Amino acid sequence: MWFIEGFQDLHERNEFSWRIFYYYAVLVSIRFCYRESSVEVYIDVKNLSFSRGGRAIYDDVTLQIPKGKITAVMGPSGVGKTTLLRLIGGQVMPNSGTVTVDGVNIAQASRKELFEARRRMGMLFQSGALFSDMSVFENVALPLQEYTDFDKTMIRDIVLMKLQSVGLRGAAHLMPSELSGGMARRAALARAIALDPDLVMYDEPFAGQDPISKGVLVELIQRLNRAANITSVLVSHDVEESLSIADHVCLLSGGKVILSGTPEEVRSSTDERVVQFLQGHADGPVAFHYPAPEYREQLLERN
Amino acid sequence: MKDKKAGLLVGIFMLLGVAAFIYLAMQVSGLAFNDKTQGYTIQARFDDIGGLTDRAKVTIAGVTVGQVESIEYDKEYYMAKVVMTIFSEVDNIPTDSSVAILTSGLIGEKYLGISIGAEEEVLHNGDELYDTQSALVLENLIGQFLMNAGSDN
Amino acid sequence: MGLVKNLFAGVYGFIESLGQSGIFLFQSLFRLPIRWGEAIRLYVRQVYSVGVLSLIIIIVSGAFIGMVLALQGYSILTSYGSESAVGQLLALTLLRELGPVVTGLLFAGRAGSALTAEIGLMKATEQLSSYEMMGIDPLRRVIAPRLLAGITCMPILALIFSAVGIWAGMMVSVNWLGVYEGSFWASMQQSVFFDTDIMNGIIKSFVFAIAVVWIAVYQGYVCQPTSEGIGRATTRTVVMGSLAILGLDFLLTAAMFGDF
Repeated sequence: MWFIEGFQDLHERNEFSWRIFYYYAVLVSIRFCYRESSVEVYIDVKNLSFSRGGRAIYDDVTLQIPKGKITAVMGPSGVGKTTLLRLIGGQVMPNSGTVTVDGVNIAQASRKELFEARRRMGMLFQSGALFSDMSVFENVALPLQEYTDFDKTMIRDIVLMKLQSVGLRGAAHLMPSELSGGMARRAALARAIALDPDLVMYDEPFAGQDPISKGVLVELIQRLNRAANITSVLVSHDVEESLSIADHVCLLSGGKVILSGTPEEVRSSTDERVVQFLQGHADGPVAFHYPAPEYREQLLERN
Repeated sequence: MKDKKAGLLVGIFMLLGVAAFIYLAMQVSGLAFNDKTQGYTIQARFDDIGGLTDRAKVTIAGVTVGQVESIEYDKEYYMAKVVMTIFSEVDNIPTDSSVAILTSGLIGEKYLGISIGAEEEVLHNGDELYDTQSALVLENLIGQFLMNAGSDN
Repeated sequence: MGLVKNLFAGVYGFIESLGQSGIFLFQSLFRLPIRWGEAIRLYVRQVYSVGVLSLIIIIVSGAFIGMVLALQGYSILTSYGSESAVGQLLALTLLRELGPVVTGLLFAGRAGSALTAEIGLMKATEQLSSYEMMGIDPLRRVIAPRLLAGITCMPILALIFSAVGIWAGMMVSVNWLGVYEGSFWASMQQSVFFDTDIMNGIIKSFVFAIAVVWIAVYQGYVCQPTSEGIGRATTRTVVMGSLAILGLDFLLTAAMFGDF
């Protein structure tokens, strides 16, 4: 079951507390309430168009993200992968089309409904985005203080549990500026899962990480997903790591979905756009040269 | 811990602000909270106050013995009515004393000077000084000087 | 033709950004819910970084400006034989003008730029987005405490500035230039009025505070989240804040003291 993980952490601390049991009992009952309304498709994007600064980023995109799976959204830089996460979180609104998260239409939602929906989402930002004026502990405790009535000791226990699960219990007192990039991302992950969300979004979790940190993050994302049955959306251009953990892959290019399927389907695809992205060819459908006038003509051109 | 230290310093900061405010109010503007109760008021009418203001000092022999409370126009007499407060320890000003509007220095502020009379009876709260000398207005002085010069010829 | 068009575009842009920043100000200050315990904790933290950390520069500049005023005032007034009026000159200049204005300018440079840079950096490192994604309103959590702290700190700083300036000017004129202390205070107390001079000075610094802090947090909030954008926003805060103070000072002086 998804909540076994929490109890395992408790066994590591050799302590069983009724507070924690109560906390998980509440969570379980909340899950059962939501279970009735839940559908197999967790995020449903229909005919989405979005443009920024006159440039069309998405043009009539339709994609589905299944519940309880790890979905990797991949594509070259600048294709608007992060924008997709912002659209799901309701931080930017589509020009046309709908984004539905667990039955809630994000674009139509009121401020209150939107905040309600965000409470059940966790997001890991590319830079970690830990609040620089608080310690790691306070960062993880913040969503709990904001949304629950738990008392101090209970919040402390939960925070330590979350930090334990990302391996940073010993770093609770450090400030974000004292953490390495990989540790900051793990601490941010602990914060993102503090409220046990149904959906966790990862924005380029592997970018700029050394192989060990990458390995740690791959492990963590996988463990979280399996243990808590969370729906995970992973935005990345790291092919190997993403394909190794994803259950489902969406490949974006030029504002369109060019492929949607399992990692095996992606690997065996013969679409030259897919092949170019996977193999990293310098030239192909995504041209090496930025659009320019004819080379010869421009060189010969006078005045 | 950090919060506690910040809280302490913020408290000190606020106290400094209050201290500065009190300093400015008491020392710089001379605001005193029990000033008005100590003294009695008398009044005088002038033809021309020539720039006398509220809170100007009232002196006898150059020593401050009170201050101007209010200045208003007396419709009945077409004159300026000046109400002044005299410190209560100065309780022996004769009723026939005179009061003049004087200037300290060439560009200094205007103030009132009381010259002591000879009457036995002294002024009490609400009494009036009838012998007044208005401010010297430069234009009038020049005018008088020119008139005198003309009549001499 | 192009000039008129540009002018229109400029005016339009100005009115638009004024409206947007007005909405921004309103939302930061009046959007509920507020949890008081937390709000006070955040406020105190900001008073520390905006007010307490500006204290040194305010005290030092206040002292020097008071001393310079005393020297200048003495050298002018002594040629009229009325050097005792140096107290009056010192108090009125500081309370009515230099206290609020110089404090405002220093505040824009010291605290305003820091506010803009801090908020801009929080935007660049996605901290503001992060609050939003947590369902916590960054206007309430990040902007409102900074606004309130700035608005309440500046009048306090202006009072301290004036008090220090008068005290330092008194030291110079009485202890060094030999003005008689009694007439120094007497001329000051004769001419300084609590309601017209001290209170008007406080009102002025309050208005300047609203202008500067509003500009500072708004510039931080809307800046381009790049290092260049933050730099430009910081510069804009100092320039616009200083100009706003000087312009508002003229308007307020005309309204407060313009009838004589």
